[in-house]
Amino acid sequence: MELRFKIFRFDPAVDSQPYYQAYTVQAEPGERVLDCLNRIRWSQDGTLSYRQSCAHGVCGSSAMKINGRCALACQKLVKEVHGAEVLVEPLPTFPVLKDLVVDLTTFFQRVDEMRPYLIASDPPETERIQSPDERKRMGESIRCILCACCVGACPVSNENEKFLGPAPLVQAFRRIFDSRDTERIERLKQLDYPDGAWGCVNHFECTRVCPKEIPVTREINEIKRAIKKIAESPQS
Amino acid sequence: MTIKHDVVIVGAGLAGLRAALEVAGSIDTAVVSKVFPTRSHSGAAQGGIGAALGNEEPDSWEWHMYDTVKGGDYLSDQDAAEIMAKDAPRAVYELEHLGVPFNRTVEGKIAQRAFGGHTRDFGAAPIKRTCYAADRTGRVILDTLYGEAVRHGVTIYSELQMVDLIRDGKGVSGILVYNVATGEVHTIHARAIMIATGGFGKVFHTTSNCHANTGDGVYYAYRAGIPLQDMEFVQFHPTGIYGLGVLISEAARGEGGVLRNRDGHRFMEDYAPTIKDLAPRDMISRAIVTEIRNGRGIDGKDFVYLDLTHLGKENLEARLSDISSFVRVYLGLDAAYDLIPVAPTCHYMMGGIPTDLDGHVLDENHIPIPGLYAAGECACLSVHGANRLGCNSLIDLVIFGRRAGLAIARDLKELPWGEPGSESARRFGEKVAELKNRDKGERVADLRAAMQRLMSTYCSVYRNDRDLRRTLDDLRGLAERYRSAYVENTSSIFNYDLLETLEMESLLGLSEAMVACALERTESRGAHYREDYPERDDTNWLKHTLIQKRDHGYTLFYKPVTITRFEPKVRTY
Repeated sequence: MELRFKIFRFDPAVDSQPYYQAYTVQAEPGERVLDCLNRIRWSQDGTLSYRQSCAHGVCGSSAMKINGRCALACQKLVKEVHGAEVLVEPLPTFPVLKDLVVDLTTFFQRVDEMRPYLIASDPPETERIQSPDERKRMGESIRCILCACCVGACPVSNENEKFLGPAPLVQAFRRIFDSRDTERIERLKQLDYPDGAWGCVNHFECTRVCPKEIPVTREINEIKRAIKKIAESPQS
Repeated sequence: MTIKHDVVIVGAGLAGLRAALEVAGSIDTAVVSKVFPTRSHSGAAQGGIGAALGNEEPDSWEWHMYDTVKGGDYLSDQDAAEIMAKDAPRAVYELEHLGVPFNRTVEGKIAQRAFGGHTRDFGAAPIKRTCYAADRTGRVILDTLYGEAVRHGVTIYSELQMVDLIRDGKGVSGILVYNVATGEVHTIHARAIMIATGGFGKVFHTTSNCHANTGDGVYYAYRAGIPLQDMEFVQFHPTGIYGLGVLISEAARGEGGVLRNRDGHRFMEDYAPTIKDLAPRDMISRAIVTEIRNGRGIDGKDFVYLDLTHLGKENLEARLSDISSFVRVYLGLDAAYDLIPVAPTCHYMMGGIPTDLDGHVLDENHIPIPGLYAAGECACLSVHGANRLGCNSLIDLVIFGRRAGLAIARDLKELPWGEPGSESARRFGEKVAELKNRDKGERVADLRAAMQRLMSTYCSVYRNDRDLRRTLDDLRGLAERYRSAYVENTSSIFNYDLLETLEMESLLGLSEAMVACALERTESRGAHYREDYPERDDTNWLKHTLIQKRDHGYTLFYKPVTITRFEPKVRTY
């Protein structure tokens, strides 16, 4: 089938303003939007820039806004987007570096601030024991691929650049609810501020767009409940 | 601009990051990656990591070693296989201690499952040896090691592409890198350089590999005069999603999935009566292609079915949720009720940069090149021989990545600062200018598509003299056309047109090396199957291939296999 694309273009070295460029591509219904972008770049316009790597929703490179919704271009199929026109834009909220490539420096800094590693006492010689139910407490958070679709889609992140954002909170969740981690209370306290966990006001956009189907909002709410609980308990 | 670090590691997958953790803190170390570290292709590994923990049933490192050697069709160097099998439990416990969220047994230990070619009691029956975190094991280990790199303050340069390895006499003095974001070229001056750039599946049309897997590190080593080893051994994973090549983990069969032909027959019973659908990947890929050639593909077409319908929705969700999602997203099917169309997909390179057991890269006389290290898929120890077993890759990465890191820490005080000079940067600048100044010429996308079709058609699961010769000629034709390649995009910022044009030189160089080695090896062993020489020939071919680039062409030579415990035997399952 024939698809008409309208793609956001911006080269800071040349353009004073971003603009949209139209392309027409032949594609099969089962192909990915990423395949279409590649077809454009490989046979029509070598100047188009976007990130890609694994092409099957594991590495998180190809996050962008497709027909108004944040998604991975490698996970959106032609048959899901075809219509009058396919609108492709960079992930909102982040500074645009070129075309569909955005600056994720702050995003990764915030992930790093979550101390995305296990903090625990000295390990035994073999594995630490963790029951299947304890392991399940980490839930779907282990699926996070740091694509930043959730932050791009979050209305709070869009308006308030100080808000920590959904993905860093998911990263925190993963450690807070890991029975092996001994830093739980400190990690919760770290999130207990207006632009931390409390910045989330349940728009659920992150949950709607997450390409790995992580119930992001629910996990953030679990963090909020856990913060309340330690605030109420006398020993903290 | 010149950047200076004692140690530079190229590649931020499992091997590179694991090595970095061994040296960071005490030694000035930088990791360079063409993508952001968590985008590295180690993250696409699904099924698990192998170690004889014995959590589900009694196991021993000797059995693991035997399976690795037999799986590799006796081309594995057995000293390497012994180290890997013995060290594997320690390495997996280490990952658990770092926080990897492994699935658990009811007692709370690391859960294990069956995988292809892994057996108890030297081949008697399948064994549960594969430790796993659902079917995203590579991803969670990558995330964990990235977190550790953050904790230890490792310097990471993201989106820097290696474009040259700079030699200084017999040693190395640095690498040249291209900054994807700015177009700047930097010389990274270092005393120790480790290559951990992964595989190069992108030489093939159908592959489970990512777009970044273009073998840059391997090719630049080859171009700098370092021989490559066992390049003819390419693993085709039996179960790529038909048409796309996206991987459906072997864990699907480890959990009980079976392959079926057009008659619904579980054909692996005919090819590997003892372990059936858990035979090694090379055998299953050949079996699938044989079924297809004999008209038993689905509807007579070039695919078969993977049947997971008897595993149950709950089991699929707990243990195989990512692949269930791939099947839903890309095929619109539900793995709990629908059969999955699959065909072999290029997956893994057994060959690469020759190293010793501590990651030292070896020259043509098998002597370490001072200051140069390699580990992971880009390296060839050779622990996987002629065919790697499933779940032996992740364990290879963390064990031999660590050993390379330890070796760098030990060696560093003896390693001099070489002189990187400006010749490399000058040559690169000229090449880029030439590409950008040309206003017409060959489109690299067309050349790449032609190369990938050639390789997938003629240098795949089945090979023969005539096809390989023709492919070698055609590849040379493409290389000639590449000389007039042009780059439409002249920007300095995120210029993927230019990057892919540079990568094409690597892909063409490596594909020629692969075909040349495949043509020479007139026997069938592991993943290298010659229709015109269908038998394994230990008398003449129980040896590793080495290929070294010359000014015009290349030379091939050979070195013996290290055999310690297991004499070659007939390989049946």
